[in-house]
Amino acid sequence: MTSREDFREIVRLIQPGSRVLDVGCGEGELLELLAREKGVEGRGLEISAEGVSACLARGLAVVQGDADSDLDSFPARAFDYAVLSQTLPQVRRPRHVLDALLRIAERAIVSLPNFGHWRVRLDLLLYGRMPLTSALPEPWWATGNIHLCTVRDFTQLCDDLALDIEACAALTEGKAARPLSPKRAIENWRAESALFLLRRS
Amino acid sequence: MEAQIDTAEAVARFAADAPLRLESGARIDGLEIAYKTYGRLNADKSNAILVCHALTGDQHLANRHPLTGKPGWWSRVVGPGLTIDTDRYFVICSNVVGGCQGTTGPSSLNPATGEPYGLTFPVVSMADMVAAQAMLVEQLGIETLFAVVGGSMGGMQVLQWAADFPERFFSAICIAGAARHSAQNIAFHEVGRQAIMADPDWRDGDYARQGVRPEKGLAVARMAAHITYLSEAALQRKFGRELQRDGLSWGFDADFQVESYLRHQGASFVDRFDANSYLYITRAMDYFDLAARHGGVLAEAFRRARDVRFCVFSFTSDWLYPTPESRQIVQALNAAGARASFVEIESDKGHDAFLLDEPVLWSALRGFLTAAAQARGL
Repeated sequence: MTSREDFREIVRLIQPGSRVLDVGCGEGELLELLAREKGVEGRGLEISAEGVSACLARGLAVVQGDADSDLDSFPARAFDYAVLSQTLPQVRRPRHVLDALLRIAERAIVSLPNFGHWRVRLDLLLYGRMPLTSALPEPWWATGNIHLCTVRDFTQLCDDLALDIEACAALTEGKAARPLSPKRAIENWRAESALFLLRRS
Repeated sequence: MEAQIDTAEAVARFAADAPLRLESGARIDGLEIAYKTYGRLNADKSNAILVCHALTGDQHLANRHPLTGKPGWWSRVVGPGLTIDTDRYFVICSNVVGGCQGTTGPSSLNPATGEPYGLTFPVVSMADMVAAQAMLVEQLGIETLFAVVGGSMGGMQVLQWAADFPERFFSAICIAGAARHSAQNIAFHEVGRQAIMADPDWRDGDYARQGVRPEKGLAVARMAAHITYLSEAALQRKFGRELQRDGLSWGFDADFQVESYLRHQGASFVDRFDANSYLYITRAMDYFDLAARHGGVLAEAFRRARDVRFCVFSFTSDWLYPTPESRQIVQALNAAGARASFVEIESDKGHDAFLLDEPVLWSALRGFLTAAAQARGL
């Protein structure tokens, strides 16, 4: 799910030398990339002990925990960026998590699959089945996504939480990220997955 | 396992004009600290790791114990090529102040009277134990330790190091520890102390002069405490309701294997531990509350330690110092801006898992140490 395109775009957006919290950092690939290319002072939050162990061996500082319950334990404004890559639909309280990210960090970078993508709509319309796409590759009974949304849903939530979208890009597997205007209706059809740079208004 | 290990044993003696000033206001003159070292100190003295032992541990970390003949308590972790690699690091482990394996404690002779201290020994704290360790490290000529490592009470000492001497170490590992003793922790210790003091041979702590030992009381204290070091699942798996012999005795012999196991734990403990030391060390643990000394805010205790690399470990089945205790430490470290990592190890072995075979813990520990060593230029 966390494609290279995703990482490349995140690396591009982050200012050199900043402090970054990667929520759901896995084995620390992104944090390592950020440290190497942007001199970032990184921290991670990861749910699995195996992931944390792999991060430790890479010399990264990572806390075992999950986005739903453990973001609250971080102090306010401790980071310049909090990154949540393709994980928001999997948390129990997405609204709370988004709010927490922007309490901990000045800016949040959030990416998520777009349930408004035309192929998703077509699957439902024509076949009446839950869609299987490269952004949503797992069948309904196996996916960890419990709070899927469209780009439009997400921009609505950002409005509700008074968050500015400073940048937005469409992500498609195998292709470079493409900047987009998130509120244009056509983009809600076209973007398979989208990445947002957010800041409190 | 311990055959090839490069080890040395010594007692550091501090002159009467360099007393250990205690948190209580009292002091210990002519302090002696018994310690062991493993591996070799490198030329610039940058590869030293201090390991802090738990309540009933001692400095015999990775060598055969002189009293019991058993392998050291962390023999599976410390040694050539092991997780804490003595081919690479110089490992120091000292007996705590108040202990009974050579460091000054209640069973030592009071230089002023020439007789065992007994209860005239001053009550010591976690900070006092750590201050003594710092004196030892200084005497060894080591300015900055590469790491301070400990499990259980040893983990508490690691946290105390972070509060009191943050500039004197590079990285820290706290396993199954806590930043303070909970009411339940204190309650279990009180049971142990009462068992000792109820033994008629305790003689108000003066048993050494009177030539007796409160072995029964100390054994009961150990039995009660030992239950808290294991998980219910581990006890069930190991013993279940298995009997020692066929059929019940219809009496009060050790019918169940678990009873016999506990009795053995109690009986073997008294051969290597001093009852008064047990009182003093459990007291130091009960008094331990790192936040209390910093205005009730734990993060304040770590304020000066933000350059230290921390790694905190807990075990899922540890009900003595359960995971939330470790999470509180990590939260405070984060709030202080320190570089903190945390892993909760999946284990059903309970609190004592850090003394047992836990491959996931060892690989995480090794990864952390290796990366820290690289950052340190070792």
